[in-house]
Amino acid sequence: MAENKFFAEDGREIVLKADHLCIQFGGLKAVDDVNIEIKQGELYGLIGPNGAGKTTVFNLLTGVYKPTAGRFFLCGEDLTGKAPADVNKKGIARTFQNIRLFNNLTVIENVMVGLSNQIPCSVPESIFRLPRHRKSEREYYERALELLRVFKLDEYKDYLAANLPYGKQRKLEIARAMATNPKLLLLDEPAAGMNPNETQELMDVITFIREKFNITILLIEHDMRLVGGICEKLTVLNFGTVLASGATAEVLSDPEVVKAYIGE
Amino acid sequence: MDFITALINGLSSGGTYAMIAIGYTMVYGIAKMLNFAHGDVIMVGGYAMYVTLLALGHPLIAVLAAVIFCIILGVTIERFAYRPLRGASPLAVLITAIGVSYLLQSLAQIIFGSSPKMPLQLQISGAVKLGALSVDYSTILTITVTVVVMAILSLFVKYSKTGRAMVAVSEDRDAALLMGINTNAIITITFAIGSALAAIAGYMMLCKAPSLSNTLGAMPGIKAFTAAVIGGIGSIPGAMLGGLLLGIVESISYSIPAIAPYTDAVEFSILIIVLLVKPSGILGKARREKV
Amino acid sequence: MKTKSFLKNYLNYAIIALVAIIFTVLSLTGGTSPKEIYLLEKIAISIILAVSLSMVVGFLGELSLGHAGFMCVGAYLGGKLASILEPIIGNGILALIISVLAGGIAAAIFGIIIGLPALRLRGDYLAIVTLAFGEIIRSVVMNAPEKLFGGTLGLETPRFDKKYLFIIAFALVLICLAVTQNLMRSKHGRAITSIRDNEIAARATGINVTKYKLFVFTISSFFAGIAGVLYSYSNYRIQSANFDYNYSIEILVMVVLGGIGSINGSIIAATLITFLNVNLQTKLTGDLAVLQNLFYAAILIVIVIYKNAPALKTFREKYSLANLKKRRKEKDQNG
Repeated sequence: MAENKFFAEDGREIVLKADHLCIQFGGLKAVDDVNIEIKQGELYGLIGPNGAGKTTVFNLLTGVYKPTAGRFFLCGEDLTGKAPADVNKKGIARTFQNIRLFNNLTVIENVMVGLSNQIPCSVPESIFRLPRHRKSEREYYERALELLRVFKLDEYKDYLAANLPYGKQRKLEIARAMATNPKLLLLDEPAAGMNPNETQELMDVITFIREKFNITILLIEHDMRLVGGICEKLTVLNFGTVLASGATAEVLSDPEVVKAYIGE
Repeated sequence: MDFITALINGLSSGGTYAMIAIGYTMVYGIAKMLNFAHGDVIMVGGYAMYVTLLALGHPLIAVLAAVIFCIILGVTIERFAYRPLRGASPLAVLITAIGVSYLLQSLAQIIFGSSPKMPLQLQISGAVKLGALSVDYSTILTITVTVVVMAILSLFVKYSKTGRAMVAVSEDRDAALLMGINTNAIITITFAIGSALAAIAGYMMLCKAPSLSNTLGAMPGIKAFTAAVIGGIGSIPGAMLGGLLLGIVESISYSIPAIAPYTDAVEFSILIIVLLVKPSGILGKARREKV
Repeated sequence: MKTKSFLKNYLNYAIIALVAIIFTVLSLTGGTSPKEIYLLEKIAISIILAVSLSMVVGFLGELSLGHAGFMCVGAYLGGKLASILEPIIGNGILALIISVLAGGIAAAIFGIIIGLPALRLRGDYLAIVTLAFGEIIRSVVMNAPEKLFGGTLGLETPRFDKKYLFIIAFALVLICLAVTQNLMRSKHGRAITSIRDNEIAARATGINVTKYKLFVFTISSFFAGIAGVLYSYSNYRIQSANFDYNYSIEILVMVVLGGIGSINGSIIAATLITFLNVNLQTKLTGDLAVLQNLFYAAILIVIVIYKNAPALKTFREKYSLANLKKRRKEKDQNG
């Protein structure tokens, strides 16, 4: 299918284009006219005070909510109105603010679930243990292990996900999202609840996977050190609307943004 | 005329369903669980009436005793079977509730045997004749009691401090806790009210047909839960509406000979149709799961 | 290492096959009583029911209270088909296999019809809808023309050579076990358990939740239907009252007692409970028979609270089997 891909002025492809996204709950406009454009390979930050609608934007971009108005495009393809599983198959993966792992599966199985759509094997093939089942299971295991190595989680592979320490659970969630082979990765407060050491380690991992997989990342964060440290561009939300948007340093020195965060 | 008789009878059994359905819907709204044993509380109430009648012989005292006994039972079940599982998976709570239901039924059979008891003193016979129309006294009593109880309950939830705390807990338990509401106490009160209504519903059933066995509450309980879902689970007016609706459908279905044997099937099919068309029920609000 | 995992994967098949073979030899040499044969049939039926329900309850994390209802569909339609086939091809093994398949497929179709609306909704609804379905089926079957399903008297089903029915039943147990176990130990099994653990995350990870739920529910109904056909063969006459909701609860007790999510646990619990049921049936008569139900109810409550209560978490971990083993090992090493 010939897609109408979007390109920025510098010739880089626009991976995510959110076009006038709105959602209303009852009378409340939780997200109102949000426009975001993220270029291939960019690390983009979405910040704002509590209740500004950041996670709601994520829920819109992953199909959990359907926008009441506006559309969004991944590499030119309109994904508005698709179900979460289909959005993921098209190439948007996410993590959650309150970690959502498969607690009673092992660490490696969590990642293997993420690989589900990458390595085909039908139900009858599994039930009758046909050759492709064995082959695919080996591939699942090896590719999952490889990903775990990237996140330095391989030594915990047989732990139940629930028994991992908190910081490692966050990393596992990112690993699972990466397993779905996304074009765009959405990280919802990846550093929440982490100590400075863990935050630093996380920043290193994010930088590393960005280079290794050449992936585009949109992240929500409260930790300004992390945002200022790794994000190239920012959008600031306040009361569901875009307060400011642009290069990180400029946005962070914008007096309106300072006011929204610190008050007058 | 037959149709009108069926309609009036439907209102009466619908009132009984509504009374039970309120117990389900309040517990579901506030404790977020399906109290499977609710129907069996009716049955225990029935036996409480039976025993009190044997000892003291007055129907009114028997009903009062049943209400008190059911309140104690409901609160005890909540305290020892459900509260330990608060925060556990819904599946675990549901299975435990089924266990409690089963436990009550088998205990009742062990104590009282399987042959039905006939507390005839509870029965109200006779009918008012209005031209060709004949309405049983028991039907009139049931409808009156239903209307009065519903009115009191609606006022209680809307205007009393406890009632508003109940609404708060059903909206958001954690937020209510932070606002200083003792959520455990509210849940206990909810079980107490539900169980009291179950006892009254038990009386309404027995005054029409005084036959008491250990499965007295099982089918009405399931149907009342169906009524609560049809009306919109979590909503008290929804439970009333669903109960009345189910009662009327049941009574009309019984009055048509060709459909009569399939009445249960008709009622449960309504449940499935409602869930297909409007999963949140007639008066229920669609709830979003927080992501 | 390799032999260990092989043992772990196939030991249950081996044990079941061994039991079946031993009793086949015994019955050929005339060393079994009809009562023992009856017990074996019942055990096989229970295992199929428990293993298939454990797919829904244990792995998918949904509660179905209509397992006896699906069984009823299989029992009546499969039984009816067998009696139609009898004058044409006799009541041999061919008729049995055709009826078993037909009963299973019929139940599976009902599973799709019920699952489609109910599985889109939150968990508790499935419980109540499946329960309602079980009651609808019973009421329809009971009130159907007597010519068709025998009305309240029940449906008479053809007699199969009593000596060999249990062998076929055990073969079906092995098939059911293989399907369930192979399915659960595959990418599909992981996807199904991921739905149980966190449905929202499963969706976000690209798992087609509705498809998998419907699939599990359907295949579980299929085996319930098969168990139903075996039941009608085993009893010669079936009545709709046999398949009431208490039967569904009894199957649920087997699954919970065996440990939710454990196939082998379900097999052991199904065997144990069926053994007790059949033996107590003659000993506990009248109102005492209900002691059995009281016992099941108590088991259900105690096990679920013990396994799930948040307050007991540390206690559970301290005294779990795995940890006890670990500690003993450490003790051995230190001592």
